[in-house]
Amino acid sequence: MSELTLGLIRFGYLALLWLFVLAAISVIRTDMFGARAAREASQAQERRAAKAAGKAKTKPVKTRRGDPTHVAVLDGTSRGLTVDLAGAPLLIGRGSDAAIRLDDDYVSTRHARIAQSGDQWYVEDLGSTNGTYIGPSRITQATAISLGTQIRIGKTIMELRK
Amino acid sequence: MANRSPAAPKRDPRPGPVMEFVHRQRRGAELFLLILSLAVGLGAYASVGLGTEGHIPTNMYVYGGWLTALILAAHVTIRYRAAYADPILLPIVAALNGLGVAMIHRIDIARQINNPDVRAFATSQLIWMTLGVLLFIAVLVLLRDHRRLQAFTYTAGFGAVVLLLLPLLPGIGKNINGARIWIHLGPLSFQPGEIAKLLLVVAFAGYLVLYRDSLALAGRRVLFIDLPRGRDLGPILAMWLISLGILVFQNDLGSSLLFFGMFLVMLYVATERPGWLVVGGALFAVGAYFGYLTAGHVQQRVEYWLDPFGHPDDATQIINGLYGMAWGGLTGRGLGLGSPEKTPYSYSDFILPSFGEELGLTGVVAIILLYALLVERALRTALICRDNFGKLIATGLGVVFALQVFVVVGGVTKLIPLTGLTTPFLSQGGSSLVANWVIIALLLRISDQARRPPPEFSEAPDDLPGFADDATQVVKLR
Repeated sequence: MSELTLGLIRFGYLALLWLFVLAAISVIRTDMFGARAAREASQAQERRAAKAAGKAKTKPVKTRRGDPTHVAVLDGTSRGLTVDLAGAPLLIGRGSDAAIRLDDDYVSTRHARIAQSGDQWYVEDLGSTNGTYIGPSRITQATAISLGTQIRIGKTIMELRK
Repeated sequence: MANRSPAAPKRDPRPGPVMEFVHRQRRGAELFLLILSLAVGLGAYASVGLGTEGHIPTNMYVYGGWLTALILAAHVTIRYRAAYADPILLPIVAALNGLGVAMIHRIDIARQINNPDVRAFATSQLIWMTLGVLLFIAVLVLLRDHRRLQAFTYTAGFGAVVLLLLPLLPGIGKNINGARIWIHLGPLSFQPGEIAKLLLVVAFAGYLVLYRDSLALAGRRVLFIDLPRGRDLGPILAMWLISLGILVFQNDLGSSLLFFGMFLVMLYVATERPGWLVVGGALFAVGAYFGYLTAGHVQQRVEYWLDPFGHPDDATQIINGLYGMAWGGLTGRGLGLGSPEKTPYSYSDFILPSFGEELGLTGVVAIILLYALLVERALRTALICRDNFGKLIATGLGVVFALQVFVVVGGVTKLIPLTGLTTPFLSQGGSSLVANWVIIALLLRISDQARRPPPEFSEAPDDLPGFADDATQVVKLR
């Protein structure tokens, strides 16, 4: 094989190697800008949704009998506290912006969230230090809760009430 | 890790679409990069054949098909099991692994010219890679949430210590090239330190998540630096002793440096206190000096590092590596056209000088850049990860790669004393390859969790992708 061919192979291969490196870098780049585009798209989506909601405002969602209406704290330092579910999603934590503010050393500033999806209520841990428990198990995903399901956060126990 | 900046805007408690940084799946981009990475790996293999024998290797289709099948299997697993995972990690690893196999094959050819009976390392490397990819798939399929590993904090720590002690047992441990880091079970030999690396990261992360507050808050201030309390020094002293033990009893400078450095960086990341780096750096300096005084092995390495050309008969490895890289120059001799086999262990510890000889500085810089991107993606995963345990694991694993590449590249280029560590994914060696594939699977699992958009609440249930796919397990109680 001639020197020329080998030289071409050599430089061709180095070019290929660098093409791969640059392609990887450009994917990293589009990963950042792509995320922003996705955010703008979802903003547009939200605007559209808001418009649709404006039209639909005339018929509010009916609360059926048997649906939970508030969260009650059963045990812990904030025992007796009840918070209306109308303000959902409700943030649970030690921070001042929390809807359900717990004065408990084992509770993180932004600990968990109670939110509704359709007819179903969910509790989701927000990456707290000590975790959110339902029964004996620590939840790792948004978890469906119903009337009377006891949620334990630190020393505090709460549940949905009618 | 905690956001202490008072200027940080107060976030809306509801993660509405406006506040969240939405990541896309990017599986198409990953496939595109994987095709390029296969071209890099297979191109190197073909080029080696052209350079050494003048034609494309006869088993090109078998090898190409095998490599493509492995990479595609990994890609399909990610599509189904970690759809939001980082799109760049797997292609980088695939390219590095392909490059490594090609170079090992190239050195096999040269070795077999001298002695046709020697074992071909490239075949066994491909088998180890297959095992690595299978374990990669197993981790992604079986481990659905990395936080489950937190339950195994102490088990992992104990397992790591046992694995590190195994080579010292008289029956199965064996001294190879002065270092006692291998175990032999029948025909199989294994370097347990590579697995211990992963277990130690998990153990440190679990421990630091629990105790970082007490390690971060208490302490005295001396000269602008918060020094930690005496009673909090326990873990760092224990780790220091373990590292020193590895250095003294196993003569393994590289692993000792790697484990201690990894622990120190994780401690610093968890507590945000430079005081730990000061304490750790001082401990390391004392330990290194002690090692230098007591272990002849270490003294020798330092001497060869300071003056390799003064010991032409003993420091051949470094000298040949340096000459090889110099001969390669800016663009290299071309794959298959240099003579990297003249350096002892040019297929494992000294694989980087082999690339320097045949691909030149241009090729080596590309390879180092690939490692840099790998580390960047690991740290990026740590930044966007929502839970502290995942953050610490991703940081630890990224730091392991960074330190390992630094120690190896620094060693072969005579920047620091030479220590025996493998170049991740390039070097011949099964334990290292398999362990690194598992590490990448773990990183992908964490990045999938971190990039997956949280399920959106308070909207119509039919446009809720979060609840439809397997990301959200709805736990029914009662």
